[in-house]
Amino acid sequence: MTGTVEIRNVVKRFGKVEAVRDVSFSLPEGETVALVGHNGAGKTTLMKLMLGLIRPTSGSIAVLGDDPAAGQFEARRRLGYLPESVSFNAALTGHETLAFYARLKREPNKSVPPLLERVGLTHAANRRVGTYSKGMRQRLGLAQALLGEPRVLLLDEPTTGLDPALRQSFYEIVEELRGRGATVLLSSHALTELEERAGRVIIMNRGVKVADGTLDELRRIARLPTRIRLKVTDVGLANVPNWLGPVEGWRRINGHMVEIDASPERKIEVLRRATDEGAPVEDLDVVPPTLDELYAHFLLSQEATR
Amino acid sequence: MRNILIVARKEIQEGLRNRWVLATTLLLAGLALSLTFLGSAPTGTVGVRALDVVVVSLSSLTIFLLPLIALLISHDAIVGEMERGTMLLLLSYPVGRWQVLLGKFVGHLAILAFATLLGYGAAAGALAATGAEIDTESWIAFATMIGSSILLGAAFIAVGYLVSALVRERGTAGGIAIGIWLVFVLIYDMALLGLLVVDQGQILSGSFLNALLLLNPADAYRLFNLTGSVGISAFSGMAGVAQNATLSPSALLAALAAWALVPLALAALAFSRREL
Repeated sequence: MTGTVEIRNVVKRFGKVEAVRDVSFSLPEGETVALVGHNGAGKTTLMKLMLGLIRPTSGSIAVLGDDPAAGQFEARRRLGYLPESVSFNAALTGHETLAFYARLKREPNKSVPPLLERVGLTHAANRRVGTYSKGMRQRLGLAQALLGEPRVLLLDEPTTGLDPALRQSFYEIVEELRGRGATVLLSSHALTELEERAGRVIIMNRGVKVADGTLDELRRIARLPTRIRLKVTDVGLANVPNWLGPVEGWRRINGHMVEIDASPERKIEVLRRATDEGAPVEDLDVVPPTLDELYAHFLLSQEATR
Repeated sequence: MRNILIVARKEIQEGLRNRWVLATTLLLAGLALSLTFLGSAPTGTVGVRALDVVVVSLSSLTIFLLPLIALLISHDAIVGEMERGTMLLLLSYPVGRWQVLLGKFVGHLAILAFATLLGYGAAAGALAATGAEIDTESWIAFATMIGSSILLGAAFIAVGYLVSALVRERGTAGGIAIGIWLVFVLIYDMALLGLLVVDQGQILSGSFLNALLLLNPADAYRLFNLTGSVGISAFSGMAGVAQNATLSPSALLAALAAWALVPLALAALAFSRREL
């Protein structure tokens, strides 16, 4: 019970649809955790549950020690939330909007300009939000989530619609908060979006938690083969098993290429053979499993067990 | 309490920004002024009770207009914010749902009250400026009319919230709001009249009729203002009704207040149970 967010055996049903099925995890302080899954995997539902916007059908949730749905607002003051595709009232200016949210969190009005500065909206502070671009609205959304030095940040698909430069500065801000001990939960529909920023990854599929761990741990569990590509001479091509040894799972591609799916423990052995003196290899590429492949592996393995 | 005021302040800010306040005030002032000066043409300006005539014509205007304005600004309050996605963010803040609803109510009512006070007040001010003699009784009747108009507006704002809290789509809320306006302002009275004509005073008792009148906030408002004072009931042609009326002004006011509070409470209940 040391985490800022504790989720135990939570089930959430909407009518007949089970959006979240028996999910448990705990989020510690000072960690960035990524919640990854397809649309409809239950990511947003989990965030709404943590915010107390909806109640779990069964199971328990504690955020900063409180039950978020119990009507206790103390925890919410230390919580930042950025909804998926955030929207604001178009009639007010960026500054007015942020000042409104600051008042609700009992933050002084003078905390507003520095926040706008931090997300690079100072020049547009006195323009109506209706004139903002998607990226600017997203930045305003981030600014409101940062109000009041939150201890827990829930960011629902935060980087969609941000250009690469903004995404960079976005992750810098998140990293800075994490460094000060905040728990950051990011959701995303693809692992690649996260660019290895998250210390820990929770993969969801159809409401079920299918994987939970650091990226390295997940790679180890998944035991995905490393792809090794060899450019082979004509002579070598004729008798591959002779010089490569007994390797299962190799195939010829584009004439002179041989591709091998090497399991983690066979990887070195295959590389040694391929670089051995006398091996008919002209060039070689090693392609480690991508994040997308890793993600697909966990989704498929869960589908298979169903 | 502070949260309610914060939300109310934002509602007013938005109303000022998107010209709701300006448009309503100008509309009410324009209509009130034209009614005051065109409406007094038949009675002539020498009429001793010029303001009483204004009260009668303005309360007739109010019955049509204020419910419409109130429903227009309120039917969107919850379902609209949900559809736009702004409600999700707002409710993730340390603020209760009933506080959001009450804050919006205070804000919208303030906008309506401001417009009514300024718009109708302009008419009375203009009348006073032309040198018409106005006695204290007329002023009281006028002030009562403005107060009860705001209460009528509050009732329809609350009804609009209830609709907004119950439906899934903005379009539905808009349609239902228009329907409610038609029923309460136009159809209800016609149906009641038809009923009385058919009945010929045979079955329906006076108390039943009273109950029917209290069941419509617009009727309660009409009775309250048009029979409220002797001078006004004479002008409004309701003197006969006033003599027979068994409903006291306080009962009518209570009915109006109930029409504001009950739908508001139901709206808060519906909103609190709603899944986001």
